[in-house]
Amino acid sequence: MAEKRLAIWVVVEQNQGKLASVSIEVLGQAARLVETASALSGGVAVVLLGDQVGDLAEELSAYGVDQVYWVDDPRLKHYQNDSYSGVLQRLVEREKPDILLFGATGAGEELAPTLAARLSTGLAAHCTGLDVNADGQLVMKVPAFGGRVLGEIFCPNTRPQMASIKPGTFTVPQRRAGRGEIVREDASSLLLDTDIRLTTVDVLQSEPLGLPLEKADVVIAGGYGMGSKKNWGLLEQLAAELQGAVGCTRPALDEGWTAGEHTMIGTSGKTVRPKVYLGCGISGAAHHAAGIKDSGVIINVNRDALAPAHAYSDYCVTADAKKVVEALLEEIRRTKNEKRGR
Amino acid sequence: MEIAVLLKPVPDPAQYDKIQIDPATGILVREGLKTVINPEDKHALEAALQLKEQYGGRVALIGMAPASAVETFREGLAMGAEEAFLCSDRAFAGADSLATSRVLAAAVKKAGPFDLVLSGSTSADGGTAHVPSQVGELLGFAHLTHVIQFEIGSDGLASVRTKMENGYRESRGRLPLVLGIRRELNTPRYISLMGIMAAQGKPVHVWSLDDLGLDKGKVGLAGSPTQPGKLYQPDMKRKGEVLQGEAWEVAQRLVGIFRSTGILG
Ligand SMILES: Cc1cc2nc3c(=O)[nH]c(=O)nc-3n(C[C@H](O)[C@H](O)[C@H](O)COP(=O)(O)OP(=O)(O)OC[C@H]3O[C@@H](n4cnc5c(N)ncnc54)[C@H](O)[C@@H]3O)c2cc1C
Ligand SMILES: Nc1ncnc2c1ncn2[C@@H]1O[C@H](COP(=O)(O)O)[C@@H](O)[C@H]1O
Repeated sequence: MAEKRLAIWVVVEQNQGKLASVSIEVLGQAARLVETASALSGGVAVVLLGDQVGDLAEELSAYGVDQVYWVDDPRLKHYQNDSYSGVLQRLVEREKPDILLFGATGAGEELAPTLAARLSTGLAAHCTGLDVNADGQLVMKVPAFGGRVLGEIFCPNTRPQMASIKPGTFTVPQRRAGRGEIVREDASSLLLDTDIRLTTVDVLQSEPLGLPLEKADVVIAGGYGMGSKKNWGLLEQLAAELQGAVGCTRPALDEGWTAGEHTMIGTSGKTVRPKVYLGCGISGAAHHAAGIKDSGVIINVNRDALAPAHAYSDYCVTADAKKVVEALLEEIRRTKNEKRGR
Repeated sequence: MEIAVLLKPVPDPAQYDKIQIDPATGILVREGLKTVINPEDKHALEAALQLKEQYGGRVALIGMAPASAVETFREGLAMGAEEAFLCSDRAFAGADSLATSRVLAAAVKKAGPFDLVLSGSTSADGGTAHVPSQVGELLGFAHLTHVIQFEIGSDGLASVRTKMENGYRESRGRLPLVLGIRRELNTPRYISLMGIMAAQGKPVHVWSLDDLGLDKGKVGLAGSPTQPGKLYQPDMKRKGEVLQGEAWEVAQRLVGIFRSTGILG
């Protein structure tokens, strides 16, 4: 059998033995491209680097992947741009994939541009859409000006064509039947001690408490118009009644009203796609709007009828957000009690 | 300590909602937008000034922008940098992150030597977050970005904390380094009247393609491995049904909507 060409590589990220969810999201896009783009011939490979991560190689092979390049070495235990990019550069130069995809995480945003510079090739950041045109070229759609504008990017003359994708931009695909081949690469020929100029001395990650924003069916988002930490408490009560999560804008975060940066929505924060998004006291700047556009129903409460947020809402309420949230809490509690009484 | 700060003039991010695409030409209309220092670059400059206060030395501003951006660099000088190097040439127009980084790296080499290069982690307009890493690669310096905390000892050993999802990573490395700074690192100082006056007398060097000795085919649009295609304005418009009435009436309507979407039993 002729060897299958591997057109698209996804460089996956693992931290302390756990796969980053964005890596799976990106794999879903890679599988979609090879299945739908007739001008693209070849399959999907993933590249996994780490220390004793064979079980992750197994796990990855179940997402429509033809091959897993697995590089295992104690020196690769933690991500570090110089060791990781050394390995990737040697692999890419050897195998010459057409397309290389990354998650735009803290680490991915170092690794992808580092590699692009080493390979003198093009990298498009934070793609919100990927397609292959009739000529077999990757069409990368990227946001600019905080999401106000989207532009197409091509990489016509150099290979690989590289793109990064922010967490939450795409949904997590289903696992598939069948599995790809796992190829363990010899780390000693891919990683040289002289590559390593930086050392990781510590990694600290902790899942925040409560329902993650990006998994909630209901997102109650608050902005600067909520006015105070005390009023913010009303949003938390409402989210609790609806089993949802509270999100915020940057000014609300900066005021110190929120649970922290992991609840910020927008270009520098999270992308959410709940069934219902309720914005309270949010003007609707492009930076924030970019993070909610795929939501089911969008409702905004803003006392200014001309607030930009109203233009992208299914339902607009021109009123004091605090009053509306208080009334909502009362109404929800009343109807819940009625039900209980019956 | 000799420190270079990469400073990018950008259209004021508070005004991005005014940007339009001309439907006839497909060209971006951004007239009347004020130019400011890229917000994160102020945090990079603040960090550089604090290091200078600690160790002595100089802080130089380096950027690639049209010559009209001189005023923006003056603001950086007013904050306390010693001099500025503005790379400005028609040949630089339309550069992607790699072509930009080639110019910036050449300017850092020519204006240097530097022990440390600080930049913002992301620019507000293009916002690729590529430049710190790519400048680092092209200079042959080790580099880290999304920096939220760092310390440099007098022995040149740096401890750097970079942001990760739900946490951080702590790295060690030796100068020279390139660090991409996030806004969490510090609070940039205000520009004082004294600073503004002092800035008038500080040198702003303008460098062309020839000054930097770069190949025309490696810079600007021609030297960019990525090429732009069509521009779009995302269409986010929805039906915009207005819910009127007293707060309790609105609340009843909203509860009805919650029910019909299945999020409330
Ligand atoms: C590089 C960069 C990245 C950014 N990234 C993000 C990001 O990821 N996410 C993000 O959210 N922001 C981001 N921002 C900030 C963004 O540009 C806006 O400033 C921000 O989204 C505005 O937040 P806001 O709507 O809460 O505040 P404001 O714009 O101040 O709006 C407050 C709104 O509340 C209304 N209001 C006031 N009082 C009441 C009341 N009592 N009842 C009802 N309504 C009331 C007002 O009419 C107004 O419309 C970024 C900015 C920059 C420069
Ligand atoms: N043209 C430029 N001139 C000076 N610095 C730049 C330029 N472009 C990018 N930078 C620096 O690189 C950082 C990240 O930019 P970017 O990669 O465009 O998101 C910015 O915060 C600046 O510090």
